[in-house]
Formats: sequence, structure tokens, C-alpha cells
Amino acid sequence: MTETPNPVAFTPERLAKVKEVIARYPEGRQKSALLPVLHIAQEQWGWVSSEVMDHVAEILSIEPVEVYEVASFYTMYHLDPVGKHVIEYCRTGPCCLMGGEEIYDYLKQKLGIQAGQTTADGLFTIKEVECLAACGWGPVFQIREQFYMNLTRERVDEIIEELSK
Amino acid sequence: MEEVKPQLIKITFDGIEVEVEPGTTIMQAARKIAEADESQGHLVPPAMCYYKPLPTSGGKCRACLVRVAAGSAKDPRPMPKLVPSCITQVQEGMIVENTTNPAVLDTRKSIVEFLLINHPLDCPVCDQAGECHLQDFSFEHGSVKTRYEEDRRTFDKIDIGPFVQLHMTRCILCYRCVYTADQITDKRVHGVMNRGDASEISTYIEKAIDNDFSGNVIDVCPVGALTDKTYRFKSRVWFSKPEDAHCDCDKCSGKVTLWYRGDEVIRVTARKNMWGEVNEFICNKCRFERKKTSDWVIEGPTKVKRSSVISANKYRKDLIAKPDFALKLAATQFKPIDDEREYTTDSETIRHQSIENNDKANHRSLLTDNRN
Amino acid sequence: MARKILTEHINVPGIETFEVYRKQGGYAAVEKAIKTMSSEEVVEEAKKSGIRGRGGAGFPMGMKWGFLAKPEGVPRYLVCNADESEPGTFKDHHLMKSIPHLLIEGMIVSSYALGANKSFIYVRGELMYVIRILEKAIEEAKANGFLGKNILGSGYDLELVVQPGGGAYICGEETALLESLEGKRGNPRNKPPFPAVKGLYQSPTVVNNVESIANMPWVINNGGDAYAAIGIGRSTGTKLISASGHIQKPGVYEIELGLSVDEFLNSDEYCGGIRKGHYLKALVAGGSSVPILPAHLITKTAAGEDRLMSYESLSDGGFATGTMLGSGGFIVFDETACIVRNTWNFSRFYHHESCGQCSPCREGTGWMEKVLHRIEHGHGSLHDIDLLVDVAKKIEGNTICPLGDAAAWPIASAIRHFREEFEWHINSPKEATQPGAVFMGAVLA
Repeated sequence: MTETPNPVAFTPERLAKVKEVIARYPEGRQKSALLPVLHIAQEQWGWVSSEVMDHVAEILSIEPVEVYEVASFYTMYHLDPVGKHVIEYCRTGPCCLMGGEEIYDYLKQKLGIQAGQTTADGLFTIKEVECLAACGWGPVFQIREQFYMNLTRERVDEIIEELSK
Repeated sequence: MEEVKPQLIKITFDGIEVEVEPGTTIMQAARKIAEADESQGHLVPPAMCYYKPLPTSGGKCRACLVRVAAGSAKDPRPMPKLVPSCITQVQEGMIVENTTNPAVLDTRKSIVEFLLINHPLDCPVCDQAGECHLQDFSFEHGSVKTRYEEDRRTFDKIDIGPFVQLHMTRCILCYRCVYTADQITDKRVHGVMNRGDASEISTYIEKAIDNDFSGNVIDVCPVGALTDKTYRFKSRVWFSKPEDAHCDCDKCSGKVTLWYRGDEVIRVTARKNMWGEVNEFICNKCRFERKKTSDWVIEGPTKVKRSSVISANKYRKDLIAKPDFALKLAATQFKPIDDEREYTTDSETIRHQSIENNDKANHRSLLTDNRN
Repeated sequence: MARKILTEHINVPGIETFEVYRKQGGYAAVEKAIKTMSSEEVVEEAKKSGIRGRGGAGFPMGMKWGFLAKPEGVPRYLVCNADESEPGTFKDHHLMKSIPHLLIEGMIVSSYALGANKSFIYVRGELMYVIRILEKAIEEAKANGFLGKNILGSGYDLELVVQPGGGAYICGEETALLESLEGKRGNPRNKPPFPAVKGLYQSPTVVNNVESIANMPWVINNGGDAYAAIGIGRSTGTKLISASGHIQKPGVYEIELGLSVDEFLNSDEYCGGIRKGHYLKALVAGGSSVPILPAHLITKTAAGEDRLMSYESLSDGGFATGTMLGSGGFIVFDETACIVRNTWNFSRFYHHESCGQCSPCREGTGWMEKVLHRIEHGHGSLHDIDLLVDVAKKIEGNTICPLGDAAAWPIASAIRHFREEFEWHINSPKEATQPGAVFMGAVLA
């Protein structure tokens, strides 16, 4: 798990990216950059701490509470520390029809954790999410930007093994 | 030079015609009817989130939904859905149904139910009781029984600074306090976190609202979610007597209501109009620190509706004299208590009697419910 | 093979690159529109095409464009709604990742039609890899003079921005999307004012679905009339259908509107029929929000006519015996699927996704989920069924945005058509909740 350093600062490459994102919007509308900038922050620190949110507020010249309001509204931002790989598991109907619930039980059993928990070695966190718009290719989970589709027990074994290396 | 007045718009609200300026909302048109004739007060749609002095408020609680039976003279088609009267603007020739439409009243009953499913039903221990808009709303429009059997959401109480306490468990998410905070300060520190029924008003990291006008969030709160820590549980509102007063304040208008218990000022609030709204916010110094009569110039008793519990037991008889017809009505309906059961101190008997009484009460409420 | 408008070239190797896309005739619509047509003429073609919004509501796109206010000196915006999150719908995901330039080309001609110089594609944040594909496509289009300043020497400037969401179904509602794009919570706005008058940054704005916009290049190249000739009645053109559930071949299919449901479900060109050894039990035809239909109402309407894949035919019979085309999320259930469990699953989705602004939806969705959870887990009572129907009715139509309706309809329709299954769950909780008994299908196989 990553601790956020104090004082918080983006890496130079990410800071450049943040500035580029802010420049996309009309003058005075820099708040529009909030969601993309929070994604960049999460990419860097793995989760979004209140220090990080304060820093984002400063960069965008908005009040910290405006960042908290937004970050807590959307489900993709982790407001608590998470494991190295966050398995975002789709729990919605169409995936369940494809056996999603059974594979989910298997995954939880295999990792020995429940939704919202992190394995003792800090490698995996399971997070239940709603529909990932991949219903025809279910069951599905997502780790960072990667979609893992048409899951079976064997496929889950392979993925976990691969990521445990 | 005479001011050019805009062409007025005429609408019909529950069968009553009223003329208002363009841009007026249905709610304001209804209030105009009641302001001209107080006996029509019951026609005005209730407002749980809308608050006129807060320009962006409204449209959320859906308590004020009404039916537009004709959109305008030009296009007299009815609107397909019920509309929130607080944010829907009138059109020439619009016909609105509120208390005259059973579907509106039925929906309103369900809005009470929705607002109450996650709200504790413990008015007797709540500080807001007696001046709670949700309590009034439920009393006037709600059902006597709850159909909700699931768990209710609960939160711990949070102190927002030294003067204000937030108890989210009672919050109905009207957003009024957030809009107030937006209005009184550029540096807002409180807002709405999370989403759906997990939403909460919060400062996230328990920052105090550090602003001279922060106390106003207490007055705008329709329920007991934001309360005055200098007053909490000092009294019940119906035991205190409101007096209008003012002082020469360099921060605010200094126009307040003082709440007395005996000779002691136990609370200071801003003045509310007949719709329960504060037009002039007051500063924290007036609200929390000026609690001596000598701080104030007293103007006289606050006008309180006779029906309000606040007026009970406090004014001279001649001020609250009941009209003749009420006395006559009371005389015809008065029946002496006819209870010949023996007076007992035996706890077992008392227990049985109370169970029996409860059953009777439940039975009565069932009958009332079926009637609706 | 049926006619393909969107997916004709989708399997051409390298179609995601500018070069290959251009070789297949890509960006011809931009050339035609910008060089030979006025913006009004482009709008006119959209109107003629009769294309209806493909996001779910089915509102005629040309008419929506016609509503756009055009005050002097105020910028106008086009925002593409790529926040595809409706359970059962994954067509936009498929289209954007496979053939990104089609959307970019559609965005250019549509922006030109509306006089927008800065347009946004709001993609749900979970599809970050698709965002990177789109951003790359934009770079390529820019490098080839189809985006940026003075496009093709016409004097028309356009900048395209891809905006990621943060994980919220509600941002698929157009005003919530605009709030989100402004960096706020995705709380839908009260309407009026509509986005066409006050949208993004309080400026006139049009919000269109990915698939709607992706149809525009074809409409420009071939004319609105040619588009209107495809399909049936007021359901013009083709439609992407996302097929999932208990079928042989789940996936995204482009169909000509008016195809029979029977053919779509059973022919090898499309779904390929129900999985082997099982039979059809129910269908959700247009994404989780639309009413569920029982087997006997799927391929035939209540009047006994063939049910077609069109806006009108699917809604034939109203909600009593019909449903909606919606976003084209075609979810098929065979006899192993538990309707109660599925209904609870969907209700949990809407409870999770309610923004929490207005009281009927905030409180009602949670209430319905809890009651359904109880029924599904063997603690229901018979009056719970009527309670659900009543609560759904009280939410429907009384909320700020359509999420309230979307939460109410699946529950009301499941009870309407499968009441006995709910009663069985309540009366025989042991049998109904035994693990593996009826467990959303797959376990039995």
C-alpha cells in the first residue's frame, strides 16, 4: 500500500499531463478538469487521500470540499488505501446470468477475502462494481485499465498467478 | 416618471384566479393568494427543500408537486407529469390543481412516506419538535402508519465548530444548508458527500465552519439535523416565548427573535416569515453571544400562528381569545371523561390496561387508514 | 447479409488506424459536408433521416438539433454521451474500441452542423483503454487536417476533447453528464431549462449518444432520404443490439430495424438461439430499465402479430404486454434464471446508482432493494409484493430524472408477469433459496 507523502506533489510528467488537461477547457472552467485530474492522481498514488484532494483543489483553484464532494460521489476513486491490484468485479444481472456469481465466490475463496478487503500480502483488493458495459463477454472484472472477460475458474487461476509474480 | 409595469399573467390555482408577474413560479403565485387571504393558506403546496431566499434551492424533495391541467391559454394541453410548483414558472392561462386533485394528494402522502423511511420517528426526544417542517408536513399530509420495516440509516453526531451540531440521521437532504453556505461565504467547507441514500452533509474532515454567518444553517434546516449547541435541550419550543428585538450590529441587520423562558433569553434566531423562511441572515455574534435582554431593544411579541404549539400557554387570554364559533363548537363536542375503572397502583393491572389501550388505539388508526 | 451502416468495415484489419479507415472511404463525409454543404443543410439531412436517439429515449435526433438555441456571441457545444452503463448494453464500447474514427468523423460533421468549435466525448471512466484509443484517433485526424484550426482549408475550427467519467450510471442522463463535465457531482438538473438553451457552461448544448453520432457519416454520404428508406415506419435505419444472457452467441449485432424478434433471437446470423438443452423464459429487450417480457409475449405481440425489433413493435401493447427498444440491451433468460433474484439484482443496481437528490428515488430505490432482498433470501411476506408495486408506482414519474422510472419499471413488470414466482419464493423459502436451486442460471448447467 502506498502512503501519500507530505507535501504531496505530482511527478513532473504527470504534472505536465495535468496542465495539458486543464488547458482543454475554456478560460475559467478549469474545474472541468477535476475528474481527469483525480484519475491521474489515483494513477500515481493508487488511492486518493485527503492530502491529495487538497493538492488537487489547490491546482484547480477550487475549495477542497468541492473535490471531496466529487471524489466521494463517483465510485472509481478509492478513498482508502488499496492493494496493488484492485479487482473490480461486475456484480450486475447479465454477468450473473453467465455464471458471474459462482466465479465471484470462487475468486473470494481463492484470495480468502471479501469485497472491500485486501489480501494480507497487500497484493489484491476486491471491489464490487456495477455493470462494466461488457455484458456479452461476462463474467467480467477489471484491474486498472485492463478488462478480463469470459472468466472461468481456470482463467481466474491464471490471472491471479500471473499478477502474483 | 411612472414605472412601466410588466404585463401581468393570470393563472387559475385550485379554482382561484390570481395575477402575477412573468417569471413567477406556481408556488409563489399560490403564496400570493394566501398572503392576500390568510384563510386560503391551506392551498399553498408544502416546501421541504425550496427556500425563497436561497435562489438555487428547490426541485428536490418533490413535496410541492402539483398537476398542471392546462399548460397555458395558447397550449391548453395538460402537462404529462406532476410538476414541482417551486421551480415551474407560470404561463398565461395556466390551470393548476393542488388540493383539488386526488392524485396530487396521494403523491404527497407518498413523499411524506419516502422522507420518513430513513428519518427517526422520535419527535418527543428531538430538539426540533414543535418547529419542525417535516413534523408539520407529516401531520398534514402523511399516513398514521409506517409500512417500512427495514433498517434505517444512522450516523453519529458531529460538531461543526463550537456552535452547531450536525445529526445526519435526521437530515432529509434538502441542500438548504449547502446553498446557505454557498451564499454566505466564498470559502465553503461543508457540502454533500457520497451519493444516493448514503449521501451526507459533511465537512469530510470535520473542519469547523469558520464564518461569521455560519449559524444561519440552523435556521434554514427544516428538521433537527442542524441544531444550536448553545440551546440544545435547554427547553422545548412551546415552553419559550418569542419576542422580536433588534440591536445595532455592525455585521448584520441586527433584527432577531429572542426566545424567552421566564426572564432568560435562551435562544436567539433570525426572524422567519409566514412561510418559515429567513429573509435577513443574522451574524453569529447576535445569535450565540448576545443573550441578555440588555443587549437588545425589544419590539414586542413575535406574531405566531394561533394554531402553532409555540403560542400555547404563553399569551394573555385576550390575545388568544378563541372566536365565538369555536367556543360553540367546543361546547357541542365536549364530553366529560367517562372512565369508571378503579384507580389502581398495581403494576400488573396497569400493564394489562395499557396493552388494551394500545390495541384500541391501533384499531382506531387502522380504521382511519382504511378510510383514506 | 443484412445492410450494415456502422459495422460494415469493423472487421477490416487495422481499421482503428487513420490510414486503413481512410482507405475504406472514411472521412469522405467530412469532406462532403465541409466543402459542399452549409451547416443548415447537414441539419436538414439529419432531420430527413428520421434517426432517433440511440441512447434509449428514442427522441428524433434532427428535431433535437433543431431546438438548439443560437444566440449571437455565445459558444455552442456538442457533447457525445459515451457513458454507456445500462446493464445489458455494450454496443458503444464495442464500436468505439473497434472503429474509433467512425465516431470522430461523426463528431466532426455533427459539430459542423451545430456550429460548435469545441466538442466533448464523455466516456465512462472504466473504459480508460477506450479513451486512449479515441485520443490516438483524434491525434491522427488532427495530423491529417480533419481536426484543429481551419479544417480542410474551410475556415472551420474544431477541437475534440475526450472526458473520462468517474464511475456513475447517472451521468448517462444528459444533464447529469453536463454537471459531471463541469467537474461537479453527477446530479441531474431540473428541466426546463433544457440543454438546448442552457447546457454546458450555461451555453446551448446538444447531447447525443455515440451510435446516433456514428450514423451521421453515412447519412451525409448517402443522404437522409436513403437512411429513412432503411428500417420500418418511424424506426428508420439500423440499430446496434447488444445481446447477452443465455444465448448461443452473445455479442453486438447491427440489425435493420424491423427485423423480427424471432429471427434475431434464433437465426445463426445473430444470437443463434437459446443455449443447447434449454428454452426461453423471459427477455429484457432494451437494457435493464425496460419492462421484462415473459416467453409468450416475446416473438408475438398480445394481438398475435409478429413482434419486430422496432421502437413501435416492441412497445406494442403498452406496459401491459409490451416493452421498449431502449438502448438495445437484449438480455435473454432461459428457464434456469430466477426472476426474483434478477429483479433484486437490478434493484440493487438502481439503488447503488441513485444520485440521492430527490426523495422518491433516493429513498424508494433503497426501500425496494431491501424488500426484494428479503423476498429473495426467504424472509418475504405476501403483502411485500403489493408493497413493491405501490412503491414503484409512487416513484414513477415523480422524480427529477428518468432514473426513478428506470428503477420502477423492471420491478413492476417482473411482478406483473411473474407474480407466481415471487409468491413461490415467499411460500417456499427453503426450496427457493437453497443454493444452486435456481441460481441465476449458470450453476445448473
